[in-house]
Amino acid sequence: MSDEPLVLGIETSCDETGIGLVRGRRLLAHEVASSVEEHVRFGGVIPEIAARAHLEAFTPTLRRALETAGVELDEVDAIAVTAGPGLAGALMVGLSAAKGLALATGTPLYGINHLVAHVAVGLLDKDGEQAPTGAGGTTHGAAGTAAAAHATGALLVSGGHTEMLRIGSITEDVQLLGSTIDDAAGEAYDKVARLLGLGYPGGPKIDAAAADGDPQAFRFPRGLTMPKFEGTEENPGKHRHNWSFSGLKTAVARAVEQFEQAGRPVPTADIAASFQEAVVDVLTSKTVRACREHGITSLLLGGGVAANSRLRELLAQRCEQAGVELTVPPISLCTDNGAMVAALGAQLVAAGVQPSSWEIPADSGLPVSRISL
Amino acid sequence: MLLTIDSSAGASLALTRGETVLAAWHTEETTSHAEVLAPALHTMLSENSVTGGDLDAIAVGAGPGPFTGLRVGLALAHSLAEAWRLPLHGLCSLDALALRAVDAGIEGEFLAATDARRREVYWASYRNDDGDAQLVSGPHVGPPAECPALPAVGAGAGPYPDQLRPAALAGQEPEAWTPHAAELGRLAHGALAGELTGVLCEPRPLYLRESDAKVPRQMRQGAS
Ligand SMILES: [Zn+2]
Repeated sequence: MSDEPLVLGIETSCDETGIGLVRGRRLLAHEVASSVEEHVRFGGVIPEIAARAHLEAFTPTLRRALETAGVELDEVDAIAVTAGPGLAGALMVGLSAAKGLALATGTPLYGINHLVAHVAVGLLDKDGEQAPTGAGGTTHGAAGTAAAAHATGALLVSGGHTEMLRIGSITEDVQLLGSTIDDAAGEAYDKVARLLGLGYPGGPKIDAAAADGDPQAFRFPRGLTMPKFEGTEENPGKHRHNWSFSGLKTAVARAVEQFEQAGRPVPTADIAASFQEAVVDVLTSKTVRACREHGITSLLLGGGVAANSRLRELLAQRCEQAGVELTVPPISLCTDNGAMVAALGAQLVAAGVQPSSWEIPADSGLPVSRISL
Repeated sequence: MLLTIDSSAGASLALTRGETVLAAWHTEETTSHAEVLAPALHTMLSENSVTGGDLDAIAVGAGPGPFTGLRVGLALAHSLAEAWRLPLHGLCSLDALALRAVDAGIEGEFLAATDARRREVYWASYRNDDGDAQLVSGPHVGPPAECPALPAVGAGAGPYPDQLRPAALAGQEPEAWTPHAAELGRLAHGALAGELTGVLCEPRPLYLRESDAKVPRQMRQGAS
C-alpha cells in the first residue's frame, strides 16, 4: 500500500461538494455537487446556503464516487479532507463527515490545505496515461516531489482566493509568494458582472461579453504596481507579488456611472474587455516576474478562473517568453473538487507524514505553509 | 445496540441497549462540536470495545438547534451510518427534554425550550400521557413571549424568567437542561420496538429558519 495508497478526498470549503478517489497518482473518480445555482440570486456565495447544501449532497456524492471508481469504502487506505482555508461552517460539514468515515473504517485521517491541494492536481497522471512504472515518481507533472531540482510555482485564481505559491516539495515546503490584499480575482469578476448587469458567476459572463469588446477602450488601473509597492528585485516592496482588485472595481463603477449620468448607453463589451485585460495583465505580469525572481521554471494554473480564455492565452504567452513551462489541468480539476484533496492525501501518505488527530478543527484562515494539520 | 448523537445545543453521545444506557458523554460547549465530538466518540467506542458490527442502528438528534453545530452531529452520523451500512434515524432533539420532564414527574401540559439565539427559543409543547411525553405542538422557533403559558423545561427558559416559567420539579433545575443523546437513544429504541409512534423523523436538520442570506447592497442598487 505504501507506494500506491487508495485515498478518498473530501472537499467542502466553498460551494462545491467534491468527493474524489485517487490511487497513488491515478484518478479513479471524482464527483462534484455544486450549489452555485442557489447562490445566483445573491450574486455571490452565501455561507449558510453552501453549508446546508454540503450536508444534503454529501452521501449521494460519496456513493457516486465510490461507484464510479468501483471500490468499497473499506478498501480505502486513508481519508483526506479540506481543513482550510475556506468558509468555516462549510468546512465543518466535510471535516465532521470525514472524521466519521475515518473512524468507522479505521483509516488514518489527513486534514489538508485547500490551496496546496489545488497544486496537487498537477501530480495526477494525465488523461489516458498509465501510472508511471518504475519512474520513481519524481519528475512527473508541474509539481515534482522533493527530488525536483528546481522549484515549481502555482497561480491559484478563483472566487475565493488569488495566490502565487512556490513549491519546493508538496509534502513539506510550500511558500506563499503573493496574494490579493482585498478581493479575490473571481470576486472582482462577480462584482463587475453585477455592475454591468451580466449575472452570476461573473467569470464566464464577462469572458463572453469581452469577446466583442475592445480591451484598450478603457485604461483601468493595475493595482499595487506603483514603485513604492513593488520596489526592485534586490530591494522588493511590501506588495511586489501582491494584487489588489478593489480599486479596479471602483474604477469600473465610475465608468459605468459616467455613461448612465450622461444618458448614454453603457458600452458593456468594451468595459468587460478592458476590465478583463486589466485583471489578466496584472495577474500574469506579476506571476511571471515572481517565477523569474524565485527560480521557478514550471508553473501550474489552478482555481475556477483558470477557465478564463484571456487569462490562459496571456499567461501562456508570457510564460513562453520567460521560459516557464505552464501546466493547465482540465477545468473540472481546476475548480474545487475532491480529487485534488485525495491527490495531496496520497502524497502525504506516500511521504510518511503523520496523520491528523481526531481533534483537528476547521481552520478558515489556514496558512499555505501548513500543508496538513 | 444503538449509537445516538446529538449536537443541537451542547453535544452528546450515548450507547444504549433497550432502555439501558451503556455509556454516555456530553459537553455544554456550543462552539467546538467539530473538534470534540469525533474524539469523544472514538474514546467511547474503544473504552467499551464497540465497533460498527455491534450496532443495530444509529440515531441522531435532528434539532432544532444552531445550524453550524447541528450539522456537525448530522454529518458525523451520516458518514458513520454509510460506512457501517447501518440504518440512520432522526429524532426531534426537544423530545429528550420532554422525556426527562416526564421521568421527573411533570404533570399535564408543558413546554420544552432551547436557546435559538437572537432573543428567540426553539420550543415544542407536550403532555404527560401516562408516563409518555406526547407531542402537542411543535417544534417551533419564536420569541419566548409568544409561547403558550405553560411550565417550561430546558435551557431556553433560563434567560427569560418573565416570559417562560420554569417547571417546579423537586430537586431539579429544569431551566438549565439541554438535550442528551441518552434520552434520544431510549426514545429511538421505543420507536423501533413499536412501543412509541411519531418519534422518528428523517435524519435531516430541523432548521425551522431560512438561511440568513441577504441580497447584497450592490445587487439591489446596481452599483456600490
Ligand atoms: Zn479553491
